[in-house]
Amino acid sequence: MARLEIGQIIAVLKEKLPEAVSEEVLDGVDPVIVVKAEQWAAVAELCRDDSRLGFDLLSCITGVDYPEREEGAEIEVIYNLDSTANLHELTVKVKLPRSDPRVASVEGTWATADWHERETYDLVGVIFEGHHNLVRILCADDWVGHPLRKDYEPPDSFHGIKNVIY
Amino acid sequence: MTEAKIRTEEMLLNMGPQHPSTHGVFRVVVRTDGELILESQSHIGYLHRCFEKCAEGNNYLQVVPYTDRMDYLCAMMNNWGYAASIEKLTGIEVPERAEYIRVIVAELNRVASHLLAFGTYGLDIGAITPFLYAFRDRERILKIFEKLCGQRLNYSYVRIGGVTFDMTDEILSDIEAFCDYFDPKIIDEYDNLLSYNGIFISRTANVGVIPADLAISYGVTGPSLRGSGVPRDLRRDAPYGIYDRLEFDVPVGSGEMGQVGDCWDRYMVRMREMRQSIRLVRQAIKDIPDGPFCDKKAFRGVKPKAGETYKKVEGARGEVGFYVVSDGTNIPYRVKARAPSFCNISILDKLTSMSDVMLADLVAIIGSLDIVLGEVDR
Amino acid sequence: MNLAVFTTFLGQAGQAIEEKVIEKGIVDFAADYSTKWDGGGEGGLFLAGAVRWLVETYTVPDWVPLSSVINGTLGAETFPELGGLLITIGMVFGFVNIFAIGAVWSERKVSAHMQCRLGPMEVGPHGLLQTVADGLKLLTKEDIIPRLADKTLFAIAPAVVFAGVLMRFVPLPFGDQLIASDLDLGLFFVAAVGAVEVLGVIMAGWASNNKWSLFATIRTATQMVSYEIPIGIAFVTVILCCGSFSLVDVVNMQGGTLTDIDGEAHNGWAWHWNLFRNPFMLILAITYFIASLAECKRAPFDLPEAESELVSGFHTEYTGMRFALFFLAEYAAMYLVAAVAVVLFLGGWWSGIYWVDEIGMGTDTWLASWLDGVLGPTLTAVLGVLIKVKVFLTKAFILVFIQMWVRWTLPRVRLDQMMYVCWKVLLPASLVCLIGSCLWELATGGASFFGFGIVVK
Repeated sequence: MARLEIGQIIAVLKEKLPEAVSEEVLDGVDPVIVVKAEQWAAVAELCRDDSRLGFDLLSCITGVDYPEREEGAEIEVIYNLDSTANLHELTVKVKLPRSDPRVASVEGTWATADWHERETYDLVGVIFEGHHNLVRILCADDWVGHPLRKDYEPPDSFHGIKNVIY
Repeated sequence: MTEAKIRTEEMLLNMGPQHPSTHGVFRVVVRTDGELILESQSHIGYLHRCFEKCAEGNNYLQVVPYTDRMDYLCAMMNNWGYAASIEKLTGIEVPERAEYIRVIVAELNRVASHLLAFGTYGLDIGAITPFLYAFRDRERILKIFEKLCGQRLNYSYVRIGGVTFDMTDEILSDIEAFCDYFDPKIIDEYDNLLSYNGIFISRTANVGVIPADLAISYGVTGPSLRGSGVPRDLRRDAPYGIYDRLEFDVPVGSGEMGQVGDCWDRYMVRMREMRQSIRLVRQAIKDIPDGPFCDKKAFRGVKPKAGETYKKVEGARGEVGFYVVSDGTNIPYRVKARAPSFCNISILDKLTSMSDVMLADLVAIIGSLDIVLGEVDR
Repeated sequence: MNLAVFTTFLGQAGQAIEEKVIEKGIVDFAADYSTKWDGGGEGGLFLAGAVRWLVETYTVPDWVPLSSVINGTLGAETFPELGGLLITIGMVFGFVNIFAIGAVWSERKVSAHMQCRLGPMEVGPHGLLQTVADGLKLLTKEDIIPRLADKTLFAIAPAVVFAGVLMRFVPLPFGDQLIASDLDLGLFFVAAVGAVEVLGVIMAGWASNNKWSLFATIRTATQMVSYEIPIGIAFVTVILCCGSFSLVDVVNMQGGTLTDIDGEAHNGWAWHWNLFRNPFMLILAITYFIASLAECKRAPFDLPEAESELVSGFHTEYTGMRFALFFLAEYAAMYLVAAVAVVLFLGGWWSGIYWVDEIGMGTDTWLASWLDGVLGPTLTAVLGVLIKVKVFLTKAFILVFIQMWVRWTLPRVRLDQMMYVCWKVLLPASLVCLIGSCLWELATGGASFFGFGIVVK
């Protein structure tokens, strides 16, 4: 058990799942790996279970909406993984088509994903397949739309409460 | 009367959104069999103020006050977490003095936050007096902050590139006086009053036990995780600021009064952390250098290159993280806040289904997780 | 109203009382005129007796409204009976109210000073009138009955609770001769009527149609029914040792001039209190005190109104004066259990100093004779009564203070722990004390341990 550099982490991932990592962005502020959506569940399991990786803590799930990408409108779901034993971290991205953003749920891998995925569904509108209770968490149950989509228009009123913009 | 004629019924009980012990507008629907809780279902979102949406409409500097209002009990750490993420994104160098000031205010704020957790926890268990003792001492810290930045709760003091105001020698001596007053006399007093009280121990020991692996799986961080015996502290494990130069211990729960990871352990980690925070403040005051307290240029506005980063700091409740995406303008493209309370409280439903929890224990568990609803809902 | 007439009347009445008292001696006077109306020669409120005698002696003056009705219809026969009763009720009620006002104020002050604050400071000197102001506020508040509540039960529940507490004041002495009615089964009455209060609380919680109140109701039922048992055993032990159910008899066994089994008189001192009667009594007194905390729903046994768990327990839905009645009842119950503890264990009105106790009792001690010489017999007798009242109330108030002290120090126990304390700690302990006390009495023939072997008759 030791702290691994990003290159070593990618090597471990590629060793077990050679096809999973589609892209490595190592020149940014944080090194990021992009994982194919259909492989994400397997990668997650590997990240948690492989003792060299040992990513036992899922810190954060972020959904980002990119409606005007050159390669087509996309939604990125970003997972920040952390290892409490090995003290290294990893940022994993999954790129989903904006028209039908679907990715496997990882709540079986990290229980905390339950609420994080609900939040991402609520605010960005990503469908996490296999989630046992994918309902809104922050907004009201009958809220319409996903507020953090870039083309979101706030409603004029909600149950008689007017949307007043000062 | 035969036994068959006696019928018992389970009861659905709605705890919250307005309830004295949910520490805000948090709602738990519990299915009870008498006093025993069979199942619970947490509902959040009553305090949702669209922090992330607001952040997309304001420039980088204007977002700072919103971060105050997430975890309003330790606003300094939220400010710091946000500022640190933007600094990481833009590569701004923070002056040495500002780093020291940040440590001082953050640790004081941690003490203030833990004091409130201690006081309200006493209140949850039914002891009212510790609450007022805690507020008496928290008041001293708030007075210092008021002197420092004119605010008692929502400081917006730690900003991108430094801190808002310089720390005068007078305030430094105030802080030193507070440290001498507070540690060890006052914390010992708290321990005598509540921590080692027989009834308190019997109410909290062996209640709401969170095993370490479960805690990590549920993303529990901060004192709640350390209470389960996992020595994870970002100040030591992923040092930011000048924490790598300072000496401090990371207290963890050891099951002194019951099992590892029970409510008493989580409570006690906070009590012990207060001593460590005072220790850190003393070291920082001793070493604080002269010099500028901010990057003046950054104060006028920042415009990071396109890129994204995740930066985490150790807040009073756990890992405060900010995932910031920049598109090269002066307005963030996306800011995602990782709120520790949000993850910590998600374990509640699991805890109630895992073991026999009574209604009074539920209150004890919620209190020991020390949530701030402003942060859960953002 | 004509003030002059009134003052003349008062002056006349005062003079008449004084003459009568000098003629008969205050003890006889009180005994004479207070026992008539409750028939059994069991003692009674001194003041009630005085008023009764006044009414018998004087006709009501003309300026009093309805004087002709009182003088004519009710006459000297019925009015004193009714009047004495009303006055007794009035005095007990008045005492409860005034005590509650004082106790709420002192609870606030005690808690405040324990918590490094000042407490109420605005209304009156040191906030003395704060409770009065709060009472006025509660009086003027809207009386809300929830739409889906059981309206009848909801409305009468506070009255039942309050009546349950108030009734227990009947056999409770406030001092020598100062008692509403010295029932033969006084202690039994206190224990039995206590159940009425539980009933009221259950009514309140059930009728509120609130799940939190319902929880509180269940908790109350379990708690108060359970804790009546250790309390009952404490009563039984004292009854066995003292040989009487009457609270006055129990007190009289603990001080003043004690007559032993051979008819010889002994001086009663503090070590003749039941507390020191035998070693078991000391433990019993502690179990009684703990159980009494639970009985009057005080911390650490305040589960029925655990504000951090059950919002406000059984009175969540109550407002205004109905809520105030619960409040009054709680404080009255605090005094009541403390006063019963004083009667049972702490020597009642006996100060524990023989010479002080004998002031105004007609005994010839050096202090009494000296006071007789200085003040005269009447004033000495009055002084004696006042000292006893003062001693009794002081002891009770000290216990009430300890109740407050405990409340502002300790956290709350959980329901199962509360039951554990009752059934597995207090009950066996008090049973041991009961059996131990019995054996002790048998072995010593009734002699007390610390009382140097006086076998009290």
